Amino acid sequence: MIRRSFVSAVAAASVVCATWIAGPAHAQSDTKVFRFVPHANLAVLDPIWTTAYVTRNHAYMVYDTLFSEDAQGNIKPQMVDTYSVSGDKKTWTFKLRSGLEFHDGKPVTSADVVASLKRWSSRDAMGGVLNTFIDRYDTPSADTFRMVLKEPCGIVLDALGKASSNVPFIMPERIANTPGTEQIKETVGSGPFIFKADEFQPGVKAVYLKNPKYKARNEPSSAMAGGRQVNFDRVEWVIIRDPQTQFNALKAGEVDMVEQPAFEQYNTLKQTAGVKVIDFSPAGLAFIMRFNHLHAPFNNPKIRQAAMMAMGQQAYIATQVGVPELGRVCRSIYPCGTMYADENTGDFTGVPNLAKAKALLAEGGYKGEPIVLMRPTDLASIAKIPLVAKQQLEAAGFKVDFQQMDWASLLARRAKKDAPSQGGWHLFLTAWTAGDISSPLTMAMLNAKGDNGWFGWQNEPRIEKLKADFARADSTAAKKKLASEIQAVAMETSTHAPLGQYQSPAAIRSNIDGVLVTPGVPLLWNITKK
Amino acid sequence: MLRFVASRLLAVIPVLFVVSCVVFLILRLAPGDPAAVIAGNSATGAEIEQIRAKLGLNESLPVQYGIWISKVLQGDLGHSYFLNKPVSDLILQRLEPTASLALGTIVLAILLAVPLGTVAASRMGGGLDRLLSVISVAGFSVPVFVTGYVLIYLFSIQLQWLPVQGYEPLSGKGGLWAWARQLILPWLALSIIYVALIARITRASVSEALTEDYIRTARAKGLHERAVLLRHALRNAAVPIVTVIGIGVALLIGGVVVTETVFAIPGLGSLTVDVVLNRDFPVIQGLVLFFAVSYVVINLLVDLSYLLLDPRIRY
Repeated sequence: MIRRSFVSAVAAASVVCATWIAGPAHAQSDTKVFRFVPHANLAVLDPIWTTAYVTRNHAYMVYDTLFSEDAQGNIKPQMVDTYSVSGDKKTWTFKLRSGLEFHDGKPVTSADVVASLKRWSSRDAMGGVLNTFIDRYDTPSADTFRMVLKEPCGIVLDALGKASSNVPFIMPERIANTPGTEQIKETVGSGPFIFKADEFQPGVKAVYLKNPKYKARNEPSSAMAGGRQVNFDRVEWVIIRDPQTQFNALKAGEVDMVEQPAFEQYNTLKQTAGVKVIDFSPAGLAFIMRFNHLHAPFNNPKIRQAAMMAMGQQAYIATQVGVPELGRVCRSIYPCGTMYADENTGDFTGVPNLAKAKALLAEGGYKGEPIVLMRPTDLASIAKIPLVAKQQLEAAGFKVDFQQMDWASLLARRAKKDAPSQGGWHLFLTAWTAGDISSPLTMAMLNAKGDNGWFGWQNEPRIEKLKADFARADSTAAKKKLASEIQAVAMETSTHAPLGQYQSPAAIRSNIDGVLVTPGVPLLWNITKK
Repeated sequence: MLRFVASRLLAVIPVLFVVSCVVFLILRLAPGDPAAVIAGNSATGAEIEQIRAKLGLNESLPVQYGIWISKVLQGDLGHSYFLNKPVSDLILQRLEPTASLALGTIVLAILLAVPLGTVAASRMGGGLDRLLSVISVAGFSVPVFVTGYVLIYLFSIQLQWLPVQGYEPLSGKGGLWAWARQLILPWLALSIIYVALIARITRASVSEALTEDYIRTARAKGLHERAVLLRHALRNAAVPIVTVIGIGVALLIGGVVVTETVFAIPGLGSLTVDVVLNRDFPVIQGLVLFFAVSYVVINLLVDLSYLLLDPRIRY
């Protein structure tokens, strides 16, 4: 009797305790609050000072752009109302939409735009190219600015509507006057969300409020273009590093969207009740391997080609991504499915040809120098691919000196031009979002200016000449032709080896709809929550 | 005693000087360059050089050290390269979650481990003693992330009683309960190891004390066994227990990265990992100095507590 009473009392106490502990279950699962887990910690808030994707994504919340790319890759006006080009194609006149206002209440003026463009072009590669064409900016009125060129330029709209880092975001002039090598100290934009600086805790969370004064365009949303309709009063970016904790938080309804869940969880997520997997960036990302063109044996094009022939993209996708449906072989240096991708890739097919690789090695006179291949062990998204590269290179007859380090060490080491045996390097691998490598002018590996170029320091005047022609070309057909020619030279000289394309889907709660398809940028407007 | 405290505090100065030199040199000599991290994937060497110059990283090491240490002496730990915030603000921001996690864990561990160890010592070889051995082995053997995930699965996913992740400040809207609710699972996950450790030490110390002559005397005087155990055995066994607790607190303050990661608690551990991976030198240096001071203060408090626990100890 006593035992039965005791058991009943314990059971009753447990229920009371459970109710008390649980409190209002997920009291904040309000339909006006959206909780988003970004792929990385938001540390830097200046999208010009850094090229970090997480900072770019933050900036899309806060800042507006003059032009934007739509889902078909067309550049559409965003802050710009109308624009015109003079008959000699040397003067571009842009008129801003009326009523644009910064979050500090000040109107957006042409002076703000010009200061922002100047700062952006001091850091961005494509902005730098555009800058070489610009004679001067004029600001005839507060809502109109002119770009006067030295000669006609075919990339004005492409540059102003550039979707990925660095994006020409518009800031107030007083902030945009900060040199591009210094971080801005305030986050004031004119975009659809207002950044809550007082609630920002790096490594913890970033908070954005709906901008009630934002004037969305009337057109329907299409990627970054069109109307940016915000359906939440508050958006919280919640920093959760551990993929399992991200999964648990999504399953428990504590967050609404995880930008980049681990590939290992893809199949589980697809089968989890209350959760769905969406691919908001079909072009995805691409793995690449970069050669150091300065040092033997990779200062010999035959040896670089031998290494390229040894590479098979399927092995990289299978090892790093592990989900067959998320990867694809793409032999083009431009991501397949984007405007300039084509199959004019010479002998490189994305399928390993070890016999050819061995023949090229012999032809190139490879003397068995150890190849310093760097592996970033702490960067889970690319940590496995150097293991595949090592295996493929060794299978072709290379001797590999495999050096493991963290990403920060790799970044520092790849900047060294020293001989590989004295702290330099031969090879590293990385990944790029499609938006960054879909144009010859934005692809870092095509920076072939030798000592002043990208790490690897290829000196190939033909590529630079073709890129300059590309910048001048004023038709899509001409640009496509030039992009193809650039690719042919890139393949012939082995600027880098494309190692396969893959998608990285997001996971969202089932009650979320309207996530826009973009070239890799998670946009938090247009989304609804039931 | 005041002389002892003063001398211990003065001894902190050379300790901090050595720590500051060592951490400064290790960071500069280790591979990795914050400018390269800042510049990003598509930067060129020239851009990295520009950033290095802006950050003052091209100065000689003695000059860099001199600039830093002179600011530290004025109470300024510097600015984060990445976060654009004073280092002291960043540390203070992350201190509350870590302190909450550490102190809660230790309190919970003491409440469970000391009675458990004491009773086990009084009944050596008995059922409870064996149970304690099992708990200790399990506590030491099961990694904290496994315990954490199991607790999350049970209490957050299945029962939906407690949140999966996050931290609510004590001063937040939800007050004490919201704060505690976020920390119950991390406290449980982390305290298991400390329960195992403290209970083992308590058992060993108390069992040794129980063999002393004064215990026999106390029993001969007819004292109740509970009084013998608590007033005489436990009190005399307290010094090693307090020492272990002190070490536990210091280790917890120094960073419980795994627990903070599993439960997404924004503490000093996760800050340390972030800044080390980014080579954010000023923050790493500030954190190491902070940890050094914490260790010294905690050790001092432990030493002072000996005076209360054992009247024979004099400083």
